[in-house]
Amino acid sequence: MIILRDGLDKRTMHKIEIRNLNLFYGKFQALMDVSMNLKPNTITAMIGSSGCGKSTLLRCINRMNDLIEDVSVKGSVFIDGEDIYHTYVDLVKMRRKVGMVFQRPNPFPLSIFENVAFGLKIHHLAKGKALESRVEESLKAVLLWEELKDRLNASALDLSLEQKQRLCIARLIALKSEVLLMDEPCSALDPIATQRIEELMAELKKNYTIVIVTHNMQQAARVSQETGFMLLGELVEFGLTTDIFTHPRDKRTEDYITGRFG
Amino acid sequence: MNVQIKQKIGFGVLFAATLLVVVPIVAIIGLIITKGWSAISWEFLFSMPKDGMRAGGVFPAIVGTFYLVSGAILFSLPIGVMAAIYLNEYAKDNALTRLINLAIINLAGVSSVVYGLFGLSLFVVFFKFGVSIISGSLTLGIMTLPVIITTTREALRAVPKSFRQVSFSLGATRWQTVRHSVLPFALPGILTGAILSIGRAAGETAPILFTVAAFYVPDLPKSPFDQTMALPYHLYIISTQIPNIREDYRYGTALVLVGLVLIVNISATIVRARYRRKKW
Repeated sequence: MIILRDGLDKRTMHKIEIRNLNLFYGKFQALMDVSMNLKPNTITAMIGSSGCGKSTLLRCINRMNDLIEDVSVKGSVFIDGEDIYHTYVDLVKMRRKVGMVFQRPNPFPLSIFENVAFGLKIHHLAKGKALESRVEESLKAVLLWEELKDRLNASALDLSLEQKQRLCIARLIALKSEVLLMDEPCSALDPIATQRIEELMAELKKNYTIVIVTHNMQQAARVSQETGFMLLGELVEFGLTTDIFTHPRDKRTEDYITGRFG
Repeated sequence: MNVQIKQKIGFGVLFAATLLVVVPIVAIIGLIITKGWSAISWEFLFSMPKDGMRAGGVFPAIVGTFYLVSGAILFSLPIGVMAAIYLNEYAKDNALTRLINLAIINLAGVSSVVYGLFGLSLFVVFFKFGVSIISGSLTLGIMTLPVIITTTREALRAVPKSFRQVSFSLGATRWQTVRHSVLPFALPGILTGAILSIGRAAGETAPILFTVAAFYVPDLPKSPFDQTMALPYHLYIISTQIPNIREDYRYGTALVLVGLVLIVNISATIVRARYRRKKW
């Protein structure tokens, strides 16, 4: 056990610990021995050019890669000290805790209410009045309640892209997820909607651990406290966002953030 | 040759081909209606045949066809839908799955008289169901299975992958995902397939020829083990086996058969159109 200056056990400080993670699509190695520690109540941004493995890494944190045939993973991902790649791990419980926001907002073609209630219903976590109040809380948390409270039964498909993406986040909040994995959550949105989602992320940070994959370096610089730069499956550099963007230690990171490639 | 002229010729040929597709269906329906309409009456639809089937109605044949088709769908819809769910949502892409797919494609290509022969040897003889509604229904059911499996798989495939991803990412199991995030949205497509196969089963003659169809039964069937008359076979009999029968009686029977199938197909179209608006 490593005792830090402030006397905390190292494990308790990290919400997510990735240890020597290797991932193969068939014979192709997409992640090379990635290790990193993610702090709670922090937004961590993953940057890098297309195909560098940042999305793959993100999908390892809730084992979404399991759904792809021919994927093999070596290494560990600890969430609250528990290795989610251990054989006895309850995937259902784990995925409730680690929610995912996808690139394209993807509400179900159901009502706004039903979308938020979806997870609660399939897990039988709430019904009746309790369900209604959980839905209300969740919509309030993503600042949709005021605009949508009078039409909860309208189809979620009629919402704007930004509202849809907020709704998808509300769907996770309803389940009381603790970690939010965001895979380019703003790439389908216009700049104003993007700004508003970023504001929401800053708000959510108080209660959630957020990992965001983004193509947009300005976004990473704006929203995150820590940043990891990936290249060809390797985690080149990981540290405080201010350090990465002002004086990167690695030449490759510097080349990327100054726009010399990517 | 000038590009514009080529374009016009191309358009003309394609349009002519399309017209050729429509002409037979219009001609068939037109012929049947003009020659058979005069026979249609309440008595024709709802009474038993008389005078060696030269008069009276086709009621027992309508009832028989109704029983046969209901039995066939009752058998093939659940099995077909479950098989399609397995193949589309659970099965891995391996040699066994590919073999099953090949079997289904070939099952769809087997001629209907072969199904009849198969039903005769399996249900009538081997299972000792005799020449009966149950034998005929099961035979028709097996014949419609590939249609139901194929259309159900199409419907499942049309549900966006993202629905499944979201569902899994919310911690749903595979079955919960199928049950709550896939099936509800595939239902209209599945229903369309089921209704279309009803139409197909209602119109087939060969599969019921050896397994259930009776030349003439004085009473309506009382149990699944009874023989019954059925519309397509009845039409065959009155067209070939009974001399001196009124022409409009024959075409009237055809009109009832085609009309029933048409009603079923139109309802399939309506179901599809109603749900198409809810597109994601």
